[in-house]
Amino acid sequence: MFEINPGLIVWTIITFLVLLSVMTKFAWKPILKMLEERESKIRIALEEADRARTEAAEMLKQNEKNLARAEEEYKKMIQEGKALAEKLKEDIVSKARQQAQQELKLAMEEIKRNVDAAKLQLRAEVADLAIKATEKILEETLDEKRQKQLIDSVMNKLPKN
Amino acid sequence: MFFENPIVQDTLQQATHALVDTATIAHTSGEHGGGFNFMHLLDHMKDSRSVESPLGHLSLPQFTPVHLGSATIDLSITKHVFFLLLCGVLLVIAMMYVARSYKKSLVPHGFVNLLELVIVFLRDEVVLPNMGPAGLRYMPYLLTTFFYILIMNLAGLIPYGATPTGNIMVTAGLAVIAFCMIQISAIRAQGLTHYLAHLTGGAPWYLWVIMVPIEILGLFTKPFALCMRLFANMTGGHIVILSLFGLVLMFRSYIVAPFPLMFIVGIYMLELFVAFLQAYVFTMLTSLFMGLGTQASSHAEDSKH
Repeated sequence: MFEINPGLIVWTIITFLVLLSVMTKFAWKPILKMLEERESKIRIALEEADRARTEAAEMLKQNEKNLARAEEEYKKMIQEGKALAEKLKEDIVSKARQQAQQELKLAMEEIKRNVDAAKLQLRAEVADLAIKATEKILEETLDEKRQKQLIDSVMNKLPKN
Repeated sequence: MFFENPIVQDTLQQATHALVDTATIAHTSGEHGGGFNFMHLLDHMKDSRSVESPLGHLSLPQFTPVHLGSATIDLSITKHVFFLLLCGVLLVIAMMYVARSYKKSLVPHGFVNLLELVIVFLRDEVVLPNMGPAGLRYMPYLLTTFFYILIMNLAGLIPYGATPTGNIMVTAGLAVIAFCMIQISAIRAQGLTHYLAHLTGGAPWYLWVIMVPIEILGLFTKPFALCMRLFANMTGGHIVILSLFGLVLMFRSYIVAPFPLMFIVGIYMLELFVAFLQAYVFTMLTSLFMGLGTQASSHAEDSKH
């Protein structure tokens, strides 16, 4: 424990120095380098993540703005479309109404004309019929028996004097 | 050849004698009527020439001591050297695994995640506040210090393990390196002239005779404190645990035994915490001292302006 043994000091120093050189070369340098490397890697990654986050936030904001604008536009478009449709509807309806009225008028006129024509025809036909009837009557009267009869009757009616 | 050496033979004999495990102690003490030598228990914490294992004691390779002038340096592999090396190998394997898993993918998982937590904590809570961004170049040193000390602290908490950091020689070795790193980083940051000027403590030249030794002493006290703190913390917990075991062996009673054992479990948990805490404290203070040196340079430059 307390024995003075210089050999042990020598051994300690030799062992330590050998250990120091071996460990420095094969362990500490690579380990410390890796630690440094990883730390810088983590730092860079964190910075990148931070940047990405701000970028994403900006993008989100932009998106929201875009979305709002799009919605507005879409509302406006719908409104415009509605107005247009309304106008178009009114247009179509009025035009249809107009056309219908015109057609009605035409039809009325046609009907009137037809009625007139029919009236004319009827009149002609009635006249014709009258003529034919007269003719028939006349023809009938003109056969012998009837003539005789007719003459007889006429004669009879005539005063006997 | 080594074993024919009389010194080695002597130490081997001592070691085998010292390493009587607790079971034998209990047995013999029972034979001798309750009295047992507590110091035998403490042998568990001493450095030894063999490693305990489930297969018994494994002897370690021994070398003849090297003579450097008057000093004798025994570079034999002792138990603590063995664990020193084992912890190093374990650490290399663990960290290579982590490094390799990073090559596969940057996403950590499981064990890698845990280690990464510690590494990032050391970087963000220890090095950067104490040393600033300039301290990142010393990260490999501080990471090695932390994990090596941690794994050595924990090594003593597993069965058959030993805590190398519970040996003052090992913590002294770590402190020597910490001392060198503190000076090197200071000289690197301030330049040699500023560094030397700092040793005068900004006092007038006639006080240098006093100031310079004090400042130099100050340079040594910091690592010395590091060395003592780690050693004492690691040793203290083990001594408490062994003392509680001593109670068990002393009373040799089934009625008394559970209480020390409960305390042992508690102290063991505490030691687990202390193992982490002391590795952290050692690393934190080293980086703090290095930061003091490197930031003194900016201070000097500020005063110049």
